[in-house]
Amino acid sequence: MSTAALATEGLFMNFGSLAVTRNVSFRLPVSARHALIGPNGAGKTTFINLLTGVYKPSAGRVLLGGADVTATAADQRVKRGLSRTFQINTLFPDLTPLEAVTLAVCERRGLGGAWHFGLKRCRAQVEEAYTLLERLGLGSDATRRTRELAYGRQRLVEIALALAAEPRVLLLDEPAAGVPARESAELFEVISALPGDIAILFIEHDMDLVFRFAERITVLVAGEVLCEGTPDEIGEDQRVRDVYLGSGGHA
Amino acid sequence: MVPFVRSGNPVLSVLDKGRWRAPEIAFWAFTVAVFFLFPDHLMLGAQVLITGLFALSLDLLVGYTGLVSLGHAAFFGVGAYAAGLLAQAGWGEPFSGLALAAAAAAVVGYASSHLIVRVHGIAMLMITMGVTILLHELANRLSWITGGDDGLQGVTMAPVLGLFGFDLFGRTAYLYALGVVFAMFCLARGLVNSPFGLSLRGIRENGRRMPAIGSPMRSRIRTVYTMSAALAGVAGALLAQTTEFVSLEVLSFQRSAEVLIILILGGTGRLYGALIGAAVFMVGRDLLASANPQYWFFWLGLMLVLVVMFARGGILGGLENLLRFVQRRRNAR
Repeated sequence: MSTAALATEGLFMNFGSLAVTRNVSFRLPVSARHALIGPNGAGKTTFINLLTGVYKPSAGRVLLGGADVTATAADQRVKRGLSRTFQINTLFPDLTPLEAVTLAVCERRGLGGAWHFGLKRCRAQVEEAYTLLERLGLGSDATRRTRELAYGRQRLVEIALALAAEPRVLLLDEPAAGVPARESAELFEVISALPGDIAILFIEHDMDLVFRFAERITVLVAGEVLCEGTPDEIGEDQRVRDVYLGSGGHA
Repeated sequence: MVPFVRSGNPVLSVLDKGRWRAPEIAFWAFTVAVFFLFPDHLMLGAQVLITGLFALSLDLLVGYTGLVSLGHAAFFGVGAYAAGLLAQAGWGEPFSGLALAAAAAAVVGYASSHLIVRVHGIAMLMITMGVTILLHELANRLSWITGGDDGLQGVTMAPVLGLFGFDLFGRTAYLYALGVVFAMFCLARGLVNSPFGLSLRGIRENGRRMPAIGSPMRSRIRTVYTMSAALAGVAGALLAQTTEFVSLEVLSFQRSAEVLIILILGGTGRLYGALIGAAVFMVGRDLLASANPQYWFFWLGLMLVLVVMFARGGILGGLENLLRFVQRRRNAR
């Protein structure tokens, strides 16, 4: 088996006596388009937080490109190519998208702590940031304050910030949350147009989007992996229908 | 804040942010003009500059990084004592005093920054305050070094550059303070317009996002806290040198609170807010206190409430909003 872009082995997470993640072993191959689904409270976001280093697992390991990063700080995991977006906009409201993405580009290039020269010497970084924003269709919003942007545009800034780190693995926590249905499809078009070599794991509640864009699906229930498979397999799985999709199943 | 560019090359909106603009040049020209316009008030002028630098150092934390502090006098005081003690020991050359003060304050700042990165909000207020109370008590107890309640006596400064002795009218004091404050201002200005400065604004805007874009936030906070402490130390040293005296008051809670008031009054996150706030506060106090000493705090309180209620972003923020309002009215016509 080739090295997975991202993997976990026997991951546990307890908050006090409450087990929110239970023995999750998971593999995300290079170039994957993988969805993580499950009912509310299944521990999906907790799982993302364990992967990115916001939480330290109670037991188990997180492997990034085969290397154990369980004890690695969140910002260092980003430097190693693991990037994420947030379910609720976690942006820099008073910065412009251009400033925010420039910041992320500078951090990636190890310039974030440079204080002895001005931003005017960072033309390459600013231009790179602008190119990225343009690619996501944010060119016209690049110099407005982030908090003045429409919600759907802000969701794109979420993705732009994550991409600025040049990830090999991208974790999208409900990228279309709060976005009207028509726009959320557009958002997923943007996501599916991302470079193929980035492995993508996304959490999404809209089953139409999941079944359209995912190549594989993992179902998480009560902190445990219920099953994993292709969209067809998951659609056919009776257990999934019972606990998650309801008796009607996926149309 | 500079209006955002809506046309032209968007890349320049970031690249050009650090350019010197006309109002800035006018501001500094005015500080030079003060020397000729108000020859009888140069001692006050020097105090304004020193307090402005002190508030500027706090602005790096409060305005740019989004931290809070009720104990910034710790670094001001350490700087004042360091420079005062050096001069008292017979080394009266002023610039080495500044360097020693900056180093001493930076050491204390770096040490306490390890506590600061662990806490937020009220806890941060308490820790900053606690450190200052500790230092105040320490300076009080070590009266054989600091002079305790009587203050540090026998501070004698050598002439600046070996040429300009400190005089009674404050001429040398003003120009010396102006030169040092301007140099420190340029340093701070370069800092906030650097990639590091951008990452500080990122911390202010959203600390949760910073690790997710690969930014080691704690180390950034430690760095800016240390730098801010060093600048505050230089301000303290300037006070000690220009007055040739250090009292325990440099480490007082009142000084910590006052500098925060000054910064909020002038406007945070603008650098110039610190200087304008210091000028308004100290000149206002001077004028009002000479007219009616008891009521100074009444007017200060009133001013603070009005500014916070009606001029968000302090005096400078209020002026900017007014300017924008007038511009919009003119465009609408």
